Amino acid sequence: MPNMRDTFLSTAEEIVNTDPDVAVVLADISAASLAETARRHPDRVINVGIREQLLVSTGAGLALAGLRPIVHTFNAFLVERAFEQIKLDLSHQELGAVLVSYGASYDMPMEGRTHQAPGDVALIDSLPGWYVHVPGHPEEARRLLLDSVPGDSRTYLRLSAQENSAPHLGVGLQTVRTGTRGVVVAVGPMLDRVLEATEGMDVTVLYTSTVRPFDAEGLRAAVPDVADVALVEPYLKGTSAHCVADALADRPHRLLNLGTRRDTEVRIYGTLADHDLVHGLDAGSIALSLKEFFTG
Amino acid sequence: MTTTTSEPGYADLPRLISLMTGDDKHHAAAESTVDVLWVLFDRVLRLGPETARQPGRDRFLLSKGHGPMAYYAVLVAKGWLDEDELADWSSARSRLGHHPDRVRAPGVEISSGSLGHGLPIAIGTALGLRARRFSSRIVTLIGDAELDEGSNHEAIVVAARLGLDKLTAVVVDNQSSSHGWPGGIARRFETEGWAVRTVSGRDHEALYDAFTTPHPGRPLAVVAVVEPKGGH
Repeated sequence: MPNMRDTFLSTAEEIVNTDPDVAVVLADISAASLAETARRHPDRVINVGIREQLLVSTGAGLALAGLRPIVHTFNAFLVERAFEQIKLDLSHQELGAVLVSYGASYDMPMEGRTHQAPGDVALIDSLPGWYVHVPGHPEEARRLLLDSVPGDSRTYLRLSAQENSAPHLGVGLQTVRTGTRGVVVAVGPMLDRVLEATEGMDVTVLYTSTVRPFDAEGLRAAVPDVADVALVEPYLKGTSAHCVADALADRPHRLLNLGTRRDTEVRIYGTLADHDLVHGLDAGSIALSLKEFFTG
Repeated sequence: MTTTTSEPGYADLPRLISLMTGDDKHHAAAESTVDVLWVLFDRVLRLGPETARQPGRDRFLLSKGHGPMAYYAVLVAKGWLDEDELADWSSARSRLGHHPDRVRAPGVEISSGSLGHGLPIAIGTALGLRARRFSSRIVTLIGDAELDEGSNHEAIVVAARLGLDKLTAVVVDNQSSSHGWPGGIARRFETEGWAVRTVSGRDHEALYDAFTTPHPGRPLAVVAVVEPKGGH
């Protein structure tokens, strides 16, 4: 099956071909892949060049004119560089858009820090009312995109080069494995490695690709009265900690946060596997962290 | 004896503005945009409260949200707002703040305040209305100092390349940009393929002429020159 990015592009092409109210806005990234679609729909497949502020503002203006924009580029430039446009031109104006990023936390490890944005979900999380989807499989990415286009929501769809072996197409926290010692929440591409890390452990594994709004009721239903919860997120460590704390405010609980590091800027190049290791997000490191936490 | 009432006109704007400024001395700061706004709302744009939700209406995007007293005064004069709202403006009870909020104030197409957003949003609006086959005009008002923001220049470059001939950017030039525009503001737009007109921002006929002269295939930039900021 094609990877998430190619799946997104072919799905976006389908949508533009069938829905005359949808427009795709690009800032050079992926423009070559959508060139044929742009020739067919020059009014609705728009490449503004390497101008990310204009990318997001154009999406907002299209929404103001009654279209449904899909806005796409790498997450470092879409969310971090153009964050004021996301905050003001979309959120503050109460205009809808589907923002679709590629790059995740370190999908392009050889490109270095300039192309890494592990804080993207935390930034979007500072704005009220956004849907945030973090698919763990290309089929999830397709489904989440198709589900995001109707209506006028503000949605952030975070694609990644890392993926699980099988899709889980549900919404909210989905139970993948049950146990009694505690709960591990795996977000998006973290699921397969969490399943490997918890092999033989007496814990419940919950999976989600729909991280905002956070499924607080699903978490409350899954945890016993005294809860140990481990959160394994593919972006900045502890991004969803406040959601867990709010969901379990009336229950004694402990929380372990795993995600990309906050204590240092990782300056290595190398491979995805190198970065998984540095951040403690490979299956072996996750297993060690979970064993220490659940036996502690 | 009969009593007749008529719609407020241009002559009422100073009085309406003074309801917000509290005295006559601050008129200059509030009024750099007043003539441009009046000509646009009175003679150029097809918009009003009765067509506020029509998808094919003309659009006015106030980018320079600072000093919106003249804007609110024109919205009162054109029936969007009640005059009684002005005295209480910017209080917690009012829907009219120092920067307009589109979610709260009728007639306000975009919320503004942070500079450099109106023209880039107007690009998208022009593209969207063109895709929907409307012939609406889209006018955005920006300040000469606002052009310092780089986001404007992303938009200035792209607008003419995309042939957005329904788009007009009116730059109210009170010479307040810290580093200025060598060769004039109009040249910045002209270089990128815009049709340009530089006129007095106080001359209603010149403004009307600038806004309505055909400019096929190209976006229009109108530089409306007013008194230098602080020069009164």
